[in-house]
Amino acid sequence: MAEEKHVLSILVDNKPGVLSRIAGLFSGRGYNIDSLCVAETMEEGVSRITLVTQANLPLVEQIKKQLNKLINVIKVFDMTETEYVQRELAMIKVTAKPENRAEILRIVDIFRCKVVDVGAEHYTIEVTGDEGKLAAIRSLLRPMGIKEIARTGMIALFRDVK
Amino acid sequence: MKLSGAQILMKTLREEGVDTIFGYPGGAVIDIYDELVKTDIRHVLVRHEQGAVHAADGYARAAGKVGVCLVTSGPGATNTVTGIASAYMDSIPLVVITGQVPRGLIGNDAFQEVDIVGITRPCTKHNYLVESTDSLARVIKEAFYIARSGRPGPVLIDIPKDVANTTVDYKEPGDVKMRSYNPTINPNKRQLQKVVKLVEKARRPVIFAGGGIILSKSSEELTRFARQAQIPVTTSLMGLGAFPGSDPFWLGMIGMHGTYRANMCTSECDLLIAIGVRFDDRVTGKTDAFAAQAEIVHIDIDPTSIRKNIPVTVPVVGDCHAALTTLNGMLDEADLTDIAGKREQWFARIGEWKNLSRLAYVQGETIKPQYVVEKLYELTGGDAIITTEVGQNQMWAAQFYHFNRPNHFITSGGLGVMGFGLPAAIGAQIAQPDRLVVDIAGDGSIQMNIQEMATAVQCRLPVKVVILNNGYLGMVRQWQELFYDKRYACTCMDHAPDFVKLAEAFGAVGLRATTVDEVETVLKKGLSNYKDRPVIMDFVVDKEESVYPMVPAGAPITEMLLV
Repeated sequence: MAEEKHVLSILVDNKPGVLSRIAGLFSGRGYNIDSLCVAETMEEGVSRITLVTQANLPLVEQIKKQLNKLINVIKVFDMTETEYVQRELAMIKVTAKPENRAEILRIVDIFRCKVVDVGAEHYTIEVTGDEGKLAAIRSLLRPMGIKEIARTGMIALFRDVK
Repeated sequence: MKLSGAQILMKTLREEGVDTIFGYPGGAVIDIYDELVKTDIRHVLVRHEQGAVHAADGYARAAGKVGVCLVTSGPGATNTVTGIASAYMDSIPLVVITGQVPRGLIGNDAFQEVDIVGITRPCTKHNYLVESTDSLARVIKEAFYIARSGRPGPVLIDIPKDVANTTVDYKEPGDVKMRSYNPTINPNKRQLQKVVKLVEKARRPVIFAGGGIILSKSSEELTRFARQAQIPVTTSLMGLGAFPGSDPFWLGMIGMHGTYRANMCTSECDLLIAIGVRFDDRVTGKTDAFAAQAEIVHIDIDPTSIRKNIPVTVPVVGDCHAALTTLNGMLDEADLTDIAGKREQWFARIGEWKNLSRLAYVQGETIKPQYVVEKLYELTGGDAIITTEVGQNQMWAAQFYHFNRPNHFITSGGLGVMGFGLPAAIGAQIAQPDRLVVDIAGDGSIQMNIQEMATAVQCRLPVKVVILNNGYLGMVRQWQELFYDKRYACTCMDHAPDFVKLAEAFGAVGLRATTVDEVETVLKKGLSNYKDRPVIMDFVVDKEESVYPMVPAGAPITEMLLV
């Protein structure tokens, strides 16, 4: 059965060791983690973990059940089952030679990004978007010379209130 | 009310109904022990912390309660890991309390410090590092609730020394409410109605029951269901005793060392009703070939067990007891006219399989291990609580001792821990002081926790140890014989101790049988005498006897080596 990308949104008790329980579950059972993002929610004591994994259907079912089995997991949503919005933030440090500076700024403008740091030889660009947008800007900036990238990993919400 | 952490621990343990603790003191738990001896809780001083956990496991199964251990930090804690992992695999409710260095020293590589919460995260149902004396009572209550509810399992509580010896204003923690933990008890009725429809329709049904029946105390409901619906029953190793071994519907155990007819039935059936099982690889063999003609119903309280290894037609999440009670009620209303007639051919077929190959052995000049187990069964009337070590001894116990009641067969099924049987027998004997408790052991595995003889002697427990002594690590030797051209790499243990003298050195009784004639004499003597101390019975058996039938690992379970 074909592997597909699944975005899991996991509400957990905000307690010490919870992340390690989830990471340990994935490593111990041989599941993949493509990206992982953790932060508090509006509700006190509850955090949301957005986790992207690659798995076929029976396996993703098993992953969701195993996550639910963890005592500190409150609820697991598979975002991929329905309409959702996703975003990721990346910071890209790109080599900015005098002859490239205008071009880079044009790309930044087109992609509605921001330059957050300027050096003698570089720009650091903040870009927010879905995976496609991030991939696109990377491929456009690559010829100028990307020095470093830092990414947050994906976060996601359902379109409808759940 | 001002109470120290140690006092709160004792108070809460009493409220949870704890009357026995298996443990071993150490620096980080001195404060707790100082309070423990002031209570009426019985403390069983083991000789190794692994023994404490297996004993608590045996106690939990024989008593039907949560088993409790208390050990110190560092090595005390790490020594519990094997026992915890075994209890986790077999879904046995335990609360394991470990001491920890004071909070201010955590993370400093302090003396006898280890991150036991980190180490046991993947082999406990849940675990806690207690952060403050104020939270201690709530944590203990949650731990017991988690250990015994849903699919039971071990829970570890790590208590820093200064949490135990700080005094606080005690407040009642109240009832346990956990938003993130709500096991499904009552199964979906629509799913169960589908099961009844399948039962009505099936021509060749089989029930495959497991440890979940014993844990949920549903043996009677299972027996009623099988008889009412006219369905033969096999069980996993963990399920032995869940269905009477003397019942005409009994097929014997399934799997790698299961009976011919149980494995054939599973392969040929058109409906497999699996209840309280998890389809271990020792049960299924090659999964593609497992019950390939059947619609499969799987009833289990743990959703992760369902569709993990085997595709299922009707999944039912819920407690086995609730499911079987509802199913029995539905069967009362169902159309079961001429159900016996419908099944007649199927039972005839099963009879043929039974005649074709039974569990058997040929008793020659040397003692056959199966003969010892069979004699033990006869002499105890099948009434003893049997614990086992792991390997051939475990399989012969499963095959030749017939279990008619639940909670009488106590074995490390999932993890397969050698050295489990003796401490588990100690725990079982403490839970059931008036019952006969026998550990069926091998000469290899008994040496793994033999130090617990001292515990049994100190507690004056009349535990019986039957050693099937073949001088080999027999199960591995058997694999080497069958699949490795008899290259017996490191499986010959030709320097075993003299078990009779060893027993005597511990202050126990040692008996030995070397001829077939002596078997019964030794068993009779060992079983009926010595009410105040343990007995080791050393049976010098055929060195190269193997366990049959055997399904090679990964083969379909119908491909059995029969002799």
